[in-house]
Amino acid sequence: MSAPALPAFASRHDDRRPLWLHLGVIAALFALQFLLPAYDHTNMSRIMILASYAMGYNLLLGYTGLMSLGHAMFFAAGLYGAGLSAYYLGFDPLSAFVVGLLTGLALSLVVGMIALRTSGVSFMIVTLMFAQACFLLTLYFNEITQGDQGIVIDLSAWSWDTGSEEGPLTLVSPPIRYNLALLLFAISLLVSLFLVRSRIGRVLVAIRENEARTVMLGYHSFRYKLGSLALSGTLSAAAGATYALLFSYVGSTFAGIQYSILPLLWVLLGGQGTILGPLLGTALMYYLIDFSSEYTSSYMLIVGVALVLLVLWFPKGILGTLRQKWLPWLP
Amino acid sequence: MSLGPHLLLAFLEGTAAAFVLALTALGLSLVFGVMRIVNVAHGEFFMLGAVLAYGFSSLVPGIPALGFLLALVLSPLVVGAIAWSADRLVLARLNYNPEATIVATIGMLYIIQQLVLTFYGPDAHPVEPPISFRIQFPWFGYSGYKLVVVAASAALLLLTWFLLMRTRIGLVMRATQFDRETAQNFGIPVARVYSMIFALGAMLAAVAGVLIVPIQQAHYLMGLDPLLLSFITVIIGGLGSLRGTVIAAFVIGLSDGMISVFFSGTLSKIIATLLVALVLVFRPEGLFARSAR
Repeated sequence: MSAPALPAFASRHDDRRPLWLHLGVIAALFALQFLLPAYDHTNMSRIMILASYAMGYNLLLGYTGLMSLGHAMFFAAGLYGAGLSAYYLGFDPLSAFVVGLLTGLALSLVVGMIALRTSGVSFMIVTLMFAQACFLLTLYFNEITQGDQGIVIDLSAWSWDTGSEEGPLTLVSPPIRYNLALLLFAISLLVSLFLVRSRIGRVLVAIRENEARTVMLGYHSFRYKLGSLALSGTLSAAAGATYALLFSYVGSTFAGIQYSILPLLWVLLGGQGTILGPLLGTALMYYLIDFSSEYTSSYMLIVGVALVLLVLWFPKGILGTLRQKWLPWLP
Repeated sequence: MSLGPHLLLAFLEGTAAAFVLALTALGLSLVFGVMRIVNVAHGEFFMLGAVLAYGFSSLVPGIPALGFLLALVLSPLVVGAIAWSADRLVLARLNYNPEATIVATIGMLYIIQQLVLTFYGPDAHPVEPPISFRIQFPWFGYSGYKLVVVAASAALLLLTWFLLMRTRIGLVMRATQFDRETAQNFGIPVARVYSMIFALGAMLAAVAGVLIVPIQQAHYLMGLDPLLLSFITVIIGGLGSLRGTVIAAFVIGLSDGMISVFFSGTLSKIIATLLVALVLVFRPEGLFARSAR
């Protein structure tokens, strides 16, 4: 699947439209919480966290052109880093979040140093292998992680008395959860947006389009790729840590191959190399599976068919196609 | 038991595992070597072989050997036909672009898994081994069937080697692998060779799946482990190299058997998985280097 040919970056740097569009999306998501029914409210919190994960993935796939098949290890690093430190060490949510973030950063640097020696297909295989080793580790240290079964974290100590009749608000009460998920989403979105519009972002796209030429121009491509992988891994870990804290659960399922494939699917559907594609793809896929699960339990079939159809007829995804046809300024 | 018998058991287990792995990995290696694509659905072809073996062998109740022989012939044919159509319908249309085909085969993996789950169910089903004698060592009895697996796998490996190195079909395949365009110019129908290779690779996995069911029950999630082990084998053995694949399968199968007996299966998988990283650290160009996009 060839990456889209340098569209956004031809745009002038003083173009304000992308910034307004993305701030508008954040504002719309903020407003949405007052309109959504309870069920969709919870779904949306989940989608925003997963979309942050997909955005982290997209930085690597969409902008640097490196396809990883092992991102679940970074998501799980955040999940376990935050979850275990909260569960065993009694860390407060913020410190636990930071632990998750640092775990993800450290893991992505180590994996990057090794895996980035390869490229193309072997890069995919090596990341897949590392992720599988991490997944097996969560099973191997069963006594600590409780493997498949997972750990439910009790965070009820972290609550705020707002004087409401329903008692104090805890970390996992819907409004708090929604807004914290939105906060994570907004930060990931703005970080991605500023990164890809910056000089560094252009170098990353240059590497995606033609690495040899970028090296010839004097850029140390390994450093840029490592930085991109580390940021991508850290954003994924941030999403994992948030997921552990807001949904109070840590389990090895999140380290499995499936959670490496899902962000790939979301990004491909929404449009790789677009900032809002991951959100769109995650939300669409989430609801597609949710609706269809009323009629059939075969969600894997939907994932599979979606992957095959996307790669056959829709390789640029929704926003990638929109950008190509009508909105060349989309970052 | 003392160390000696333990070692013997580990060696026997490792040998059986190594032969099955060699078959599976050879299929992956063939597809990668000739077509330059990574087939992530390879493990599902293995699983399909096992599940179909359960289906076919239950058609002939009462006589395990007959049912098993039926499965050994029919399952690979069915799987081969499925793989052939998948190649025609999807992979060929993607022009065998390496990254797109990976995504497409991941899609196939999910589709096959879900269809098996829907029609076969989530339970594991056993298949009776075609023979039931046990070899009695002083310390333990060992399943004679596993030796049949070793013999059958060895025969199939030799057959594949013969097909590739001593027949006209093999020559055509190697020519395609060596230089696709020149082969095309010499009138070799490359598209048909590709479909054939993809089907052959899937059939090798399916045979391995059939051979394994009497040892390990047929289950819809059983494809993942052989897939990952085959990846490791192909990376360590070097792609498209028949000898390398077989040697690597032995190193991995035996060490897997040894470590599983002495420590735990999970640990052995972790070690095997990290072996790949080591190979790539010590050979930075990677064993996939020839195919680097």
